[in-house]
Amino acid sequence: MEASEVSIELYVLLSAILFIMGTMGVLLRRNAILIFMSVELMLNAANLALAAFARQWGNGDGHVMVFFVMTVAAAEVAVGLALIVAIFRTKKSIDIDDLHLFRG
Amino acid sequence: MENFFDLVPLVVFVPLVGLLINLFTGKHLGERGVGIVAVGASGIAFLISLLLWLAQVDTGYKPVVVDLPLFSDWISIPADGVEIPWQFRVDTLSVTMMLVVTFVGTIIHLYAVGYMHGDERFPRFFVYMNLFLVFMLILVTGNNFLMMFVGWEGVGLCSYLLIGFWFDKPGGVGWKNSDAARKAFIVNRVGDFGLVLGVLITFWTFGTLDFYKPDELPVAAPHAAEAAEEPVFAPEIPHEAEPHIEGPMGVFNQAEVWLEEGGHDVNFGMFSLSFESTITVITLLFLLGATGKSAQIPLFVWLPDAMAGPTPVSALIHAATMVTAGVYMMVRSNVFYHASDAASFVVALIGATTAIVAGFIAVGQWDIKRVLAYSTISQLGFMVAAVGVGAYAAAMFHLVTHAFFKALLFLGSGSVIHGMEHGHHHMAHGGHDHDDEFDPQDMRYMGGLRHKMPRTYWTYLFGTLALAGIIPFAGFWSKDEILLDALKAGVDDARLEGYLAFVLLVMAAAFTAFYMWRQMALVFYGKPRHAAAEHAEESSNLMVYPLIVLAFFSLVIGVINVPSGFPILGAIFGEHEFTSWLEHAVTYAHAASFNVLLASFAVVLALVAIYVARAIYNDRALETLGQQDPLELDERTEGLFAVAKAKLYWDDAYFRYLIFPYRRAAYWLAEQLDWRFWHDYVHKTVVQKNFHIATEFLTQPVDKGIIDRGFNSLGRLMQIIAQRIRVIQTGYVRTYAWTVLLGTLLVVFIILFPVIRGMLGL
Repeated sequence: MEASEVSIELYVLLSAILFIMGTMGVLLRRNAILIFMSVELMLNAANLALAAFARQWGNGDGHVMVFFVMTVAAAEVAVGLALIVAIFRTKKSIDIDDLHLFRG
Repeated sequence: MENFFDLVPLVVFVPLVGLLINLFTGKHLGERGVGIVAVGASGIAFLISLLLWLAQVDTGYKPVVVDLPLFSDWISIPADGVEIPWQFRVDTLSVTMMLVVTFVGTIIHLYAVGYMHGDERFPRFFVYMNLFLVFMLILVTGNNFLMMFVGWEGVGLCSYLLIGFWFDKPGGVGWKNSDAARKAFIVNRVGDFGLVLGVLITFWTFGTLDFYKPDELPVAAPHAAEAAEEPVFAPEIPHEAEPHIEGPMGVFNQAEVWLEEGGHDVNFGMFSLSFESTITVITLLFLLGATGKSAQIPLFVWLPDAMAGPTPVSALIHAATMVTAGVYMMVRSNVFYHASDAASFVVALIGATTAIVAGFIAVGQWDIKRVLAYSTISQLGFMVAAVGVGAYAAAMFHLVTHAFFKALLFLGSGSVIHGMEHGHHHMAHGGHDHDDEFDPQDMRYMGGLRHKMPRTYWTYLFGTLALAGIIPFAGFWSKDEILLDALKAGVDDARLEGYLAFVLLVMAAAFTAFYMWRQMALVFYGKPRHAAAEHAEESSNLMVYPLIVLAFFSLVIGVINVPSGFPILGAIFGEHEFTSWLEHAVTYAHAASFNVLLASFAVVLALVAIYVARAIYNDRALETLGQQDPLELDERTEGLFAVAKAKLYWDDAYFRYLIFPYRRAAYWLAEQLDWRFWHDYVHKTVVQKNFHIATEFLTQPVDKGIIDRGFNSLGRLMQIIAQRIRVIQTGYVRTYAWTVLLGTLLVVFIILFPVIRGMLGL
């Protein structure tokens, strides 16, 4: 498939928009699941940028990085969801503002 | 045959292996196994000694020095010229001692297997006995004074361990036993102090402790013509050998050479002594050592108490071997003693006085073993006196014969005690009252054992006759030779100590015959005076056979040294065989020819003494014997007997004039010096008070004031700082996320800053 119709700038722009959305989600949301999803969004924004640049430069390293990120993300999901379940069990809530045991 | 000499370390090592086996596996071997190992080790040592004897005969009696492989540099400080190798010396003197020690030792080990039967510490006993053999053999085989000293102390240790072997007997007996052990050890320390000093001075004087260097022959200096007076031995004596040997010499030959040259002073730093005086000092210090180990005046008091040990111990250590170590040491040092007239005088006087004093005390004793103990002291006095009058060969001869007949007497007394205990046991089971007063060693409870224990009786009779000096028993030959040599020293050399020793020794010999027959009468004749004696039984074969062997030797061993001119026997067994054998190792061994008058006088005297004893301890006296001796009942001898019974007040004098004052001084020092001054003043007042002041200073101003306050302030400072900055920790995750974002942006900005600056053209 020919890939040159869409210019690299658009990919990077989309990636930036997705990343900022993810960041906003992490910073503004209080629901742990949603924060979690936002983190995934940030990761995938980075993935998109990596894939785009890899294609632009014809270098496979970016693709390889994408696979690493996906693997790490999968592991993160497993651990993160388990943590959220554990938090819910003790706090009966997944509002992260309820978790402020470390308040100084 | 010369290869046999290399076996000499085994004489020491075989008993060592035996004792190690018994030490580690004795509990599992059982009495039989332990006995086989112990007797076997001793027996093999005897066989090796026999081989060494044959090798000596085969090689013309040449003294041989054998290095111990891997251990020959025992003490070696080349920079200071100190060389004390671990070397074994095989010469006729050491082989004689080895043969006596291992042969009598083996017989006594065998006897002990029977005697110690059923003892709860059976293996330990034989471990100690073998250990004793190890040290005794080191003592006699060492080629230097330090090895001899190692053995000397080692046998002392074994003596201590074995005297106190029954330290846990009930009813205070155990305490008595361990007291006796300590007494022996402490009294011996006094003597050992003399020996150590003597050895040190020897080393200072000669720079070596070797008796002789390897390949060095003992030679008398040419002026010592009197030694060669007896032409009989001339061809065999190496007197013609070169007296001035090249290279370093052992102490004895060096002493000969220096005495010959004269004018050698020994520098002791603050003062110097002539060589002759140094030798006198050394020999007198050695004599002090000998008075400890060989139980002479003034240190003999430990030996009678040492009878607290099991009887085989008394026989082996305190009669036949260890106590003769002092005599061996002096004979080994005969060159020194020969050189010092003053020391010889003292030695002769001490020996002869001991002989008569101990013989006198023996008359007043009731304990069967104590009589023998004093007899041993008396006989050792004979040997020491012989050394004093210069009769070194006679001293060794008496040592050998005495080893046999005194071991026999002790083992016989052990058999008697065993029989008495058996009878007492039997009596207790027979429903009689078990009287706790009974002492199986007290001769007052005995009597009539001749019929109960016939074999013990006959062997004991042999021992008694040998000790009394009745021809042809062993004691006759050796005692006669000592008397003759003493008289000769008086008449021929005009030496006062010769006459003195002769008179005292003749009296001692009469006492010997008297107290031995008193013992025979009290133990074996008459009728049983106690139910235990009534029921006494002959001991087991294991105990009786050794008695028979020793009895045989007590009868015949004297023929090894038949005096010259003695009819018939001299032709059969050769004359002076033992003396000429010893002459290859003992420079001043010399022999005496037979004197019919003196021999007859001695024998008649002994017979008269026995006759007197028989008359006093007749059947009627024995039958009516209560707690008192017939001598005590007669008012003419009452006082003398009391003195003898009280051991001449010798122990009492030590207690009154040494031990009590010492204790009072010790108490006084403990009270005044230790408690009042040291504890109350120094500790309480000086040390404790100042300590308090110092610690008070350190705790209050230093610790509490400076250190504590400093760290507390530091802590408070930290708290204040922490209070201020804790507020930034909100605990909200989103706050942290913001921080991370801002931080990341900051980092990105810093990285990109040069690029931005470039783009803006700054």
